[in-house]
This record gives sequence, structure tokens and C-alpha cells, in this order.
Amino acid sequence: MADEQKPEGSPATPPPGGEAAAPPAKPATPAAKPAAPKPAAAAHAAPPKPPATMAATPWDSDLAKEIKERFGDHISETSTYLGQSFVVVKPDAAVPLVEYLKLEADFDYLVDVTAVDWPKRAERFDLVYILYSFARNERLRIKTFIAEGFKPETVVNVHLTANWLEREVFDMFGIEFAGHPDMRRILLPEEWQGYPLRKDYGILQQDDRWVKENLGIESGQ
Amino acid sequence: MPDATFLDSTELVLNMGPQHPSTHGVLRVILKLDGEKVLGADCVIGYLHRGVEKIAENRTFAQFNPYVDRMDYVAAISNGLGYCLAVEKVMNVEAPPRAQTVRVILTELNRIASHLLWLGTHALDIGAITPVFYCLREREEALKIFEKYCGARLTTHAFRIGGLLYETYDGFEKDIRDFCTMFLPKVDEYEELLTNNRIWVSRLKDVGILSAEECKEFGVTGPVLRAAGVKWDLRKAQPYSGYEKYDFEIPTRQNGDTYDRYVVRMQEMRQSVRIMQQAVDSLAEGPIMGKVGKVIKPPVGEAYVSIEAPKGELGYYVVCDGATQPYRVRVRPPSFVNLQALDRMIRGGLVADVVAVIGTLDIVLGEVDR
Repeated sequence: MADEQKPEGSPATPPPGGEAAAPPAKPATPAAKPAAPKPAAAAHAAPPKPPATMAATPWDSDLAKEIKERFGDHISETSTYLGQSFVVVKPDAAVPLVEYLKLEADFDYLVDVTAVDWPKRAERFDLVYILYSFARNERLRIKTFIAEGFKPETVVNVHLTANWLEREVFDMFGIEFAGHPDMRRILLPEEWQGYPLRKDYGILQQDDRWVKENLGIESGQ
Repeated sequence: MPDATFLDSTELVLNMGPQHPSTHGVLRVILKLDGEKVLGADCVIGYLHRGVEKIAENRTFAQFNPYVDRMDYVAAISNGLGYCLAVEKVMNVEAPPRAQTVRVILTELNRIASHLLWLGTHALDIGAITPVFYCLREREEALKIFEKYCGARLTTHAFRIGGLLYETYDGFEKDIRDFCTMFLPKVDEYEELLTNNRIWVSRLKDVGILSAEECKEFGVTGPVLRAAGVKWDLRKAQPYSGYEKYDFEIPTRQNGDTYDRYVVRMQEMRQSVRIMQQAVDSLAEGPIMGKVGKVIKPPVGEAYVSIEAPKGELGYYVVCDGATQPYRVRVRPPSFVNLQALDRMIRGGLVADVVAVIGTLDIVLGEVDR
């Protein structure tokens, strides 16, 4: 299981190029492996590849500097990978950062809020905000690492669209957002037990009691 | 509430769906009404939830490819394109030019098929019975091309990571050209039926208005955003699959009402034909599969890739941990996000308008619920 903690700029990696509006893939970048392993034999016998962390490079831009100046210690990383920039921020500063980007830097469209579960890490979840700016035609990911049970502040007051998106994160990961106006499950039934997108929730697992009580069958499988 | 008389009643809660013909699937809307006026709406979704994102973590990259077709099943090809582009991005490979052109042709054809189904059912909801027959007649021609190309009509699984599995069949170019010449006059035909039709106009004009600012607040994209006057289309803003090579326009309108969204989608179908014609003319010989091994194993990393699906911005956020299975696939579904604006759009309107607004949002519940 790869740890998402990246070293500040791996030495062997040249910058992957422009930060925005880049065409889907940049074949000239040697940062990542350009193609999949050569035919079958290699794929089967190959030992695990050496880079266990994401080969991200530091993100140099005016905006990155501004963010660092403004938020100082709260920013733990500003990097770019495959031409996509992201900022890693301390949980407390995530919402102020999103708000700052909306008001001062034209990132007026919150594309998505989602999470990734890393059960072996101390701060178990990645909380990811994907932002877009119509004026700059640029995307930016804000990532923050939170521990289980931590209640991050809601971003609904900045972007209304976060309402359902955060409800889905709560539904799937059990991350409760403080100050959210309507913190209920959205896709699963309200009485459902368990958070399916956590890694310790099995693919065949279900809430047997709910299924039995509401559907009158032993199993939905 | 108990003191209210029927004539001077306060609030009535009306349940609409999940089994209702005009909710386009299993959407349940709890309406709060004052007489015929809508005070608010609460959507209950999830009836079609299949845990697509969970399934992704338990399948290899290639195995998950067919599953994405089952989200927005009326635009399966767009779903597949987005997924393939996202995985290609984390692998840092690109499909060869011929594959990209074929992808553009099929995706645009799928956009037309999706818009046709929307137009037919939307008109049916409003009370115009005829257009649905016309629309499905032309959609059938598009589905036939899909069937000839890959054997499936709806859930096509047309693309593979790295390019295409199938070369085009003999007569593919001719079929596409024939479709284009056949289809343009048909759009005029639909417009003749509807655009200036008095009932159609009075049912749609100034109904379900969503301004550009509201669209941005709610993250609403696609034709809904363009009908509010924002000239934004990912095919132009951040071109993928060679869209920068084609000459086409982004249709926009100003009012952001249901009628404008109708007009925008009609014009989009014409633009799709333009793109298809240019793409088929520029279709050059060449390989159709990029340098992708039999086992797809991207390096550790993550990427967010989005495309302009018929409903709006469809994004895939793929996280890889160096294994043959994705560590996490997040789908950013346009229908789900757009549906959130329903409450804002119908508040203050009439019950009858709810049907018009659900229709104009062009949601597919398979994608809302995933």
C-alpha cells in the first residue's frame, strides 16, 4: 500500500510542463513510465517497481507563491504531477483556502469534493477539493489529510454545490462535516450501517439487518 | 397546520416518484406546495446505487471499463471516453491519431443520440407526443452504427485504454456521412414542430430560470450553463482527443430558462454534425492502439480528467498505488451535480413546471446514483 506522503520534489524528475490547459497526456515527460511493461513475460515476472511514491514536482507559479505567503505554515506542499497542480493544506486551513481562492483568485467553480481512504496512515483520509477557474481556465486540487473522527468544516458556505458532494463523502466514508446544513446520507438508506468506500468494507459486505428488515430477504447478493 | 382550512391551507407535501413517468427513472421528489405553487423540493436519490466506485477498486483497470457504460447509459460512449482518457493520463500514454478521430466521431454521434432521447422524452413530458417517434427514429440510425462498429447498441464498451480494440468496418465513413446528411434536415423538422409552437413556448419560456451566477454556485455545467450565457465547453476550454482541430461553435443563450436550454441543445446537435463531418474527412490510416501492455499497471500517482459529456462536465479522479487495480476511482457525475439545482429552479413555480424542469435538466438516474 503506497503512502501518499511525497518527498518535496523527487530529484530524478524533470518538471512535467505547463500547469493548465495541457492536452490529456504529455508523452515527452519521462517522469512517469511512458508505457506499460513489455509483453506478458515481463509483466508476470517483474518485481515491484521502485517508485513507491508519486513522482510529483514542485509547483512554481505566482499563485503558489501567493498561497504560501498568505497561509504560511498551513501549506505543507504545492506540487504538480502530470501537469496538474495540487496544494496540500492543514485541515483547519482548507476552507479558508478554498474561500480565498474563490474571492481573490477567481476559482469560482467547485468541481468536486471527494475522499480517499488510506487505512494504514495515521491521518486516515485524503479530503480532496477540485477547483476550476473560468477566468484562468485552470484547475487546482486542494488536498488535506484528516484522521478518523475528525470533523472538517463544511465548505457549503463558500460553494453551494458542496452540499450534496459532502453528503456523498459522509455517506461513503463517514466523514462528518461540521456546520453542514443537512448532514444526512444521500445515496444509501438513512438507517444503513457502515461506510462502503472505506477500505475495510468488503465488496460483498452489506447491512444484513437493513436488508432483512426492509426487503424481507436474507441477502441482496 | 391543524387550524388551517382547505381554502387557506398552508403547506401540502406531495410525493412525486420514484415511479413516475416524467422523473426519467427512479427519482423521488418531495414537493412542498402551497396550492399549485412550489415552496420547495427535496430529492431522494440512490435507488439505482450500485457502488460503481467500490467495484472499481476490486477490478483491474481494463475490467472496470465496461462498468462505466452503465452509469449514463444513454451516453455510454462519453463515459467510456472519459474513463479511458483518465487512465491514459495516469499512465502517461496517448491514443494514436486515428483512434482519437474515431473516438470523436462516435462520441459526437452519441451526443446526438443522447440529445435525441432527451428531446423526445422532454417533449413527451410537456405533452407533445409526436417528437418522440421522430427522435427515436433517428436515434435508431445512430444506434445501428454503434452496433455495426462494436456489436452493442447501448452499453457499447467501444473504447479501450490506449486506443481502440476494433478497426472501423467497411463503409463506416459512408455511414457517418450518410447520417450527417440525413440528420441535419431532421433537426429542422423537430424545430418546425416545436420552436415556434405556441404551447411549447408558453410551457417553456421563463420556466426554471437559473442564472449564470447560480449555475456557478451550484457547479452546474453543460447545456444548462451555456443557456445562461456562459460560453464554456470543455471541448474548447481544455481540448482532448484532438477537438482543437475541429471548427465548431459553442451555442449559448442568455435567459437561462427551459426554452433556452432547448435551443442550446438543438444547436449542439448541429454542431456535433459539423464535428463529425470534419472528423470523418480527416480520418487517416494508422494504428488504433497505443503502446499499452496487456497488463495495465500505471505508476503511483493520481489525475483528474474530465470531458464534456452531453450532460455537462464528466470527470474521473483516478488514484493509483502501483497495482493493476485502481486504488480509487471517483466519478464526478454531471447529472448528480446538476440535479442539486432542481430545488432552486422550481421554487416559486407551478407543479406542472416541475416536470418541465426535470426534463430540461436531462438527468440520467443511472449516473446520479452510480
